[in-house]
Amino acid sequence: MYARALTWWTILRICLEERLVYRGDFALGTLMRFLPIVTQIFLWAAVFAAVRAGEGGSDATIAGYHYQDFVAYYLLTMVSRAFSSMPGLASGIARQIREGEIKKYLIQPIDMISFMLLSRVAHKLVYYGVALGPFALVFFLLRSYFPGWPEPEIFLAFVASLIMSFLLGFFLEATIGMIGFWFLEVSSLLFVYMLFSFFFSGHMFPLDMLPQPWSTVVMLIPLQYLAYFPAAVFLGKITGDALVFGLLVQLGWLIAMIVACRLAYHFGTRRYSGYGG
Amino acid sequence: MSIIEIEGLTKSYQVYQKKEGLLASFSGLFRRDYREVQAVRGIDLSVEQGEFVAFLGPNGAGKTTTLKLLSGVITPSGGTARVMGHVPWKRENEYRRRFALVMGQKNQLWWDLPAQESFLLHQQIYRIDPEQFRRTRDELVDLLAVRRLLGQPVRELSLGERMKMELIAALLHSPDVLFLDEPTIGLDVVAQHNIQKFLKHYQNLRNITILLTSHYMKDIAALCRRVVIIAQGQIIYDGSLSGIVDRFSSHKVLTLLFADSKMPSDLARFGDVLEVAEPKVTLKVDRHVIADVLSSILANYTLQDVSVEDPPLEEVIADVFSLSYNEVTGQEAAQVVTSPSNQ
Repeated sequence: MYARALTWWTILRICLEERLVYRGDFALGTLMRFLPIVTQIFLWAAVFAAVRAGEGGSDATIAGYHYQDFVAYYLLTMVSRAFSSMPGLASGIARQIREGEIKKYLIQPIDMISFMLLSRVAHKLVYYGVALGPFALVFFLLRSYFPGWPEPEIFLAFVASLIMSFLLGFFLEATIGMIGFWFLEVSSLLFVYMLFSFFFSGHMFPLDMLPQPWSTVVMLIPLQYLAYFPAAVFLGKITGDALVFGLLVQLGWLIAMIVACRLAYHFGTRRYSGYGG
Repeated sequence: MSIIEIEGLTKSYQVYQKKEGLLASFSGLFRRDYREVQAVRGIDLSVEQGEFVAFLGPNGAGKTTTLKLLSGVITPSGGTARVMGHVPWKRENEYRRRFALVMGQKNQLWWDLPAQESFLLHQQIYRIDPEQFRRTRDELVDLLAVRRLLGQPVRELSLGERMKMELIAALLHSPDVLFLDEPTIGLDVVAQHNIQKFLKHYQNLRNITILLTSHYMKDIAALCRRVVIIAQGQIIYDGSLSGIVDRFSSHKVLTLLFADSKMPSDLARFGDVLEVAEPKVTLKVDRHVIADVLSSILANYTLQDVSVEDPPLEEVIADVFSLSYNEVTGQEAAQVVTSPSNQ
């Protein structure tokens, strides 16, 4: 057990070192991620201004959301996505299959999926390290848009849902990458996934704004747990039994994706032809 | 019991055959032609502990595929193989801790980090005792003279230096079996020689079992007593390097230096004339009639010097390769099958 923990720590440490090699590019990439959220906030500010002008009132709402609620929601989905988004994971796995780099995981006494998970943890830790300052500053400046700190148990549920959203995002994308064992190239599949994820994860708008049948569709797929669910938990929109049920469903999806990823790896490596010399 | 035992090992692939043109690309969406490539066809082989065996063969003969099968990278279509009692494609950790695979064109080291970081990672992955790790690493680093390069990112090393680091990474866990796939490919002669020297020394020192594929005859001549020639996925020769000439060459090279410039006018009746530079003649003579030819010449002419030699090894091997290549291309033409799209 100690030996395994030491192995994991070494992998994590070396992945961290690797992430820090191209520090300039990494820092710039991290800071640039704030740009879309700024444009979203301005977009909704314009929408609300138009609604207010139309209604003639000062306290306009859209689907029960005030302007402040929108801003708070977007900032929180930014946090969720900082956990659940996995840039380059699926395409990286497919590339390694196509170019034969995956061989090293097959000949060494190491589990490829665990290795990649640790590598991604390192990726995220470096990202949070760089992004923590800007995140804190933005949240501080916009603190009046939030209803206040949630209750401790709600905050704990928020943290749990964030951790699960990280794992769910990882196993979802890793499974898509494993499809490379059959198709070699997964970019089109990944594009479809990204498109669905964009709309149905809650990245574009709060999912409880959706009418039927879309709200049912959202309930039946795991994408809401990548952005919407943790944000809604923090904002106190999901409480009590609904919160426990939501966390259990998220856990269920996570387990299902772990199994899917393992199965894809198991059968994929059996059909693997050792491309690339 | 042999350390490597292979029986009837077979691996075949379905390879998509795309026809030329845009129209063919569209029709390929609905219906595709596949060609079945038999990369390895029923290989039988056993290797004893401490042997250094070379796999020789033309490109596409099945050498690398055999190494991939033995290292568990791919699963065979048929047959069995056991390495140190393990079935390679089960990928048991116990087996993976006892062998190493080095591929000349593939990098296992972390590209952006110094090699010493990759070595530390290997120490943990292979669970090498820290003291043992330090000893082995220092020994290998000194043998390959790369100590000053340990802190340099791998991407900044030359090809030869990278290969040395790859070898160190592969040998840190002291494997009992080492698979080397063209370890000197692309290296200059000095780097090739250094790698050869190291491998020879290391194999003598540790008595490990090594399977090597290489296109450089110098690698093979310097390192391996046993040579296995693979062609069309089958073993066509298993023996010593010098034995290849006896087995595959049907002729000898006869060089005659006539004493009084009196040379036969019809040299062709003795064999194929390779070169004439009076008074010296070089002939290619069927090895079964060499004695008769020589005695006939000696009876009728005065010779100042004579030599009977085997043809150069490279030439014999090139003949074997080209023969097998022609047979393969002939067979492949007949093996195109059509099957519904599944990719």
